[in-house]
Amino acid sequence: MLNDTIVAISTALGESAIGIIRMSGEDAIRIANDVFRPKSKEKLMDFRNKELVYGHIYNDNKIIDEVFAVYMKAPFTYTREDIVEINCHGGIIPLNQILKLLMKNGARMAEPGEFTKRAFLSGRLDLAQAESVMDLISAKTPKGFDVAFNQLEGRLSLKVKEMRNEIVTIMASIEVGIDYPEEDIEDVTFDEIKNHLESIKNKILDLINNSQTGKVLRDGLNTVIVGKPNVGKSSLMNALLREARAIVTDIPGTTRDVIEEHINIKGIPLKIVDTAGIRDTDDIIEKMGVERSKDYFNRADLIIFVLNAAEELTKDDIDIIDLIKDRNTIVLINKTDLPQLIDMDVINKYIRNDIIIRGAITLEHGLDQLEDKIVEMVYGDKIKKINENPIISNVRHINALEMAYEQTMDAIKSVENKMPYDFIEVDIKNIYDYLGEISGETIEEDVIKKIFSNFCLGK
Amino acid sequence: MVKKMIRSAGKFDVIVIGAGHAGVEAALAAARMGAKTIMFSINLDSVAMMPCNPSIGGTGKGHLVREIDALGGEMGLNIDRSMIQCKMLNKTKGPAVHSLRAQADKNKYHSEMKRVIENTDNLFLRQAEVTDIVIENKQVLGIKTSTGSFFEGKTVVLASGTYLGGKVFIGNSVFSSGPNGLAPANKLTESLLENEISIRRFKTGTPARINKRTINFEKMIEQYGDSDIEPFSFLTEKIDIEQELCWLSYTNTSTHNIINQNIHLSAMFSGNIEGVGPRYCPSIEDKIYRFADKDRHQLFIEPEGLDTNEMYVQGMSTSLPEEIQIEFMKSIPGLEDVEMMRPAYAIEYDCIDPLQLNLSLEFKDINGLFSAGQSNGSSGYEEAAAQGLIAGINAVQKIKNEEPLILDRSEAYIGVLIDDLVTKGTDEPYRMMTSRSEYRLILRQDNADIRLTRKGFALGLASALRLEKLEEKEKSMVLEMERLKETKIRAEFINPVLEKLNSTVVKDSMTMLDLLKRPELNYENLAAIDIDRPELNRDVMKECEIQIKYTGYISKQLAQINKFKALENKYLPQNIDYSQIDGLRLEARQKLNDIKPLSIGQASRISGVSPADISVLMVYIEQMRRTNSNV
Repeated sequence: MLNDTIVAISTALGESAIGIIRMSGEDAIRIANDVFRPKSKEKLMDFRNKELVYGHIYNDNKIIDEVFAVYMKAPFTYTREDIVEINCHGGIIPLNQILKLLMKNGARMAEPGEFTKRAFLSGRLDLAQAESVMDLISAKTPKGFDVAFNQLEGRLSLKVKEMRNEIVTIMASIEVGIDYPEEDIEDVTFDEIKNHLESIKNKILDLINNSQTGKVLRDGLNTVIVGKPNVGKSSLMNALLREARAIVTDIPGTTRDVIEEHINIKGIPLKIVDTAGIRDTDDIIEKMGVERSKDYFNRADLIIFVLNAAEELTKDDIDIIDLIKDRNTIVLINKTDLPQLIDMDVINKYIRNDIIIRGAITLEHGLDQLEDKIVEMVYGDKIKKINENPIISNVRHINALEMAYEQTMDAIKSVENKMPYDFIEVDIKNIYDYLGEISGETIEEDVIKKIFSNFCLGK
Repeated sequence: MVKKMIRSAGKFDVIVIGAGHAGVEAALAAARMGAKTIMFSINLDSVAMMPCNPSIGGTGKGHLVREIDALGGEMGLNIDRSMIQCKMLNKTKGPAVHSLRAQADKNKYHSEMKRVIENTDNLFLRQAEVTDIVIENKQVLGIKTSTGSFFEGKTVVLASGTYLGGKVFIGNSVFSSGPNGLAPANKLTESLLENEISIRRFKTGTPARINKRTINFEKMIEQYGDSDIEPFSFLTEKIDIEQELCWLSYTNTSTHNIINQNIHLSAMFSGNIEGVGPRYCPSIEDKIYRFADKDRHQLFIEPEGLDTNEMYVQGMSTSLPEEIQIEFMKSIPGLEDVEMMRPAYAIEYDCIDPLQLNLSLEFKDINGLFSAGQSNGSSGYEEAAAQGLIAGINAVQKIKNEEPLILDRSEAYIGVLIDDLVTKGTDEPYRMMTSRSEYRLILRQDNADIRLTRKGFALGLASALRLEKLEEKEKSMVLEMERLKETKIRAEFINPVLEKLNSTVVKDSMTMLDLLKRPELNYENLAAIDIDRPELNRDVMKECEIQIKYTGYISKQLAQINKFKALENKYLPQNIDYSQIDGLRLEARQKLNDIKPLSIGQASRISGVSPADISVLMVYIEQMRRTNSNV
């Protein structure tokens, strides 16, 4: 029942030179033999395992496409089943024709995530790995790809195992005193238990902190560029995009709508929005733009506030300074190539020096510093740790970590209250179980449904 | 048919092979539930014999005794009648791990139990060696004895302890023997093998017994019992006895030297013993060999009874030759002039692989045959008794065509014990420990009656008196909780007490309930200000206090139990052919086919079945469910 043969188009649909169709299951090779005729021999099976074979796909003696095909024998495959991959021409028509043909010959269209589901169910991937495959497929930047790939290698699972082992050690040291009360063994002390728990707490915290980075790497950092009209917001956006997209003029209020762009700064995906300038206005269209700017502004992870060095500070500027004071902000003082009118004393009074960048965007001055600052803000002081700790991007993992963290805090509180060991252990067991949910070692009733409902088609 | 030609010596509902701690509980439970029961022992003087330590209870084991008692078993009552010292262990730790242990007068334990058996209706006690279990077409028919008699039985409970193929080792001396010099049962194993039951060889041991008159107690440390004895049985009101002392002493480097020089003479080290011994109960030579850096090991001297001078040397089990045993004992403070009465020995015996059993303790492949106790690979009197009780109950349930009693891991230590044995199996004699229980905050020894007595009563085992006592306890708990909620104590009365106990003073008043929530306050130290307190049973105060103080933890544990139950309630059809589920790894397919777990939960505890295998199973079951509901 589990290993009927499934098939799916594995490459993104759209115009492309090559597309790949993948088939997995016990009939995969038989079906391929039925539709594929190699140039030099009779059947695909006449070639070696994992050998790329040139030939044609036939539907009743009619050639459908010219392809390369390869078969991979179980169990050393992604799903641990027999797999056939057909590399055909890209584009919707040949891909769909071949897909239909394979289905006519006995394959079934794969459900979303079914290949990965099989890899997971065959024990080829653990839960964390299987989930990261899905992140891998939908990764928006190379960095996001790295994150998922780390997990595919099992680094998160490894980290979780390490922590679970440490918990087992604590429990064992508690148990020995309970089960052998009359033996000549020193009871473990509250301090010792607390030290272990603190160490676990810190490890979980590191992972949680990295998970925020992970979320950014997966979903993108919501970034908003704000400032009065005509301070150079659109120029900044264009410079970051390195192409003219927004209309740039010298007339204040030219950008009347909100433009959202996805860009990639040193591996970090930014969802960047150039807002209409925030100012009081009577122009209705502009007013709508201003309202939407405020909306984006409120949701932003990062705010880039642009000031014009060649102007004096106005009330509008001060209003914005007030709005951003508790937010994650970088302040760009633009147009430093022009005569300076801005009063730096006032600026320094309101804004921390370390988030100020000076530059002239039209001349590309200060752009590198700005990009570095963004990277620094995303990784913070964690940048060193990234190489040691896996970055977590999956919401289920983050939730489990947060639950584990909460239980750790409870356990520490129990220790501080000098509760009897048997009570502390209730908390400790919960930490153990929540961590196990990440790697799938703790078996949950509905975990399978939860996960596979989220998997997408293909891999 | 050969069997038809044999003269029948009688027809019984339940036949119990062995009258040790497992057999005794099995036979008593069966007879009390109304089944005509016969119990065989090689020697009736060894009924409920304690061939090793002279004590009942201990960590985890004390819980088992309480549970046996709550269901209507005999062990708790019998130790209450025969104890000579009693102690609640782990008192400095939390209530979940408090464990009772009592020193028993061995003779009295035996004679009291024998008296109860002799006076139980429906129960017959017979001295004979059982040589064959008669099985035809996978259905048990009865047993044969060495004298050629055939006893017909609807069900048979195997409780053969360490008698099967028993072999004793003392240094180089090896001889066929049961425990304590009794005759072994050398023929029954063959009968089991003929019926395709897989047999293993385990080993255990016991230390020497020494003469009390040759011990210098002045060089040892006295070990007292509790001043206020808490009985094992929920039926026992009070135990008022003059308690005996136990004694503590230590080995030293010269003891260790003697043992090290002679270690090659130990049967354990000479390679003569093939059986697997318990790691948690190592011989002294094993301890010295494995923990070479420890310069001393402790030993306890415990009386074997009131009418004897024999003393048990706990911690000193060994299979060294007699003369070496005497030599190393003499190096221990207080034992310089010791006279040995019985040498320590190791014993090897046949037992079955418990993976062949259902959770009801019936063989999966042999209808009507049950097995309990050391013959299942466990160790200890209490573990044996717990299994005996369940096997006896389920033998009767089988005859009555009723559902077997299966306690799960969240209901009882007995459930943990049996689930561990029949699901995980064991590579060494299995001992109960509190750490084996995941939900021990709920499975306390103080609430065993609340957990189990109703079940025992419904089975027709626990008496009406037990139920009455339970209902009384529960009623007064409810009343008392009510009272605590409503009793407000004014500041002027309570603050002086609080100050004395280093507890924060209150403003105008506080309820007793809130006061009891404070870790530093309890029933005892609040007695003086709680003037309206009614006469309360100790158990009632304890239950209320636990509920009040630890409510947060208890609800956390209950949440854990809910998660556990969700998986236990995902039943697996018994006709699944696991070898046909392709996602499963080969080892898992084999294990699952062997064990045929009842639920996903049980399957997840089988060693060799990984979480990934469980995911496969869950998906398989879900698909099956969907397919079926489409039909």
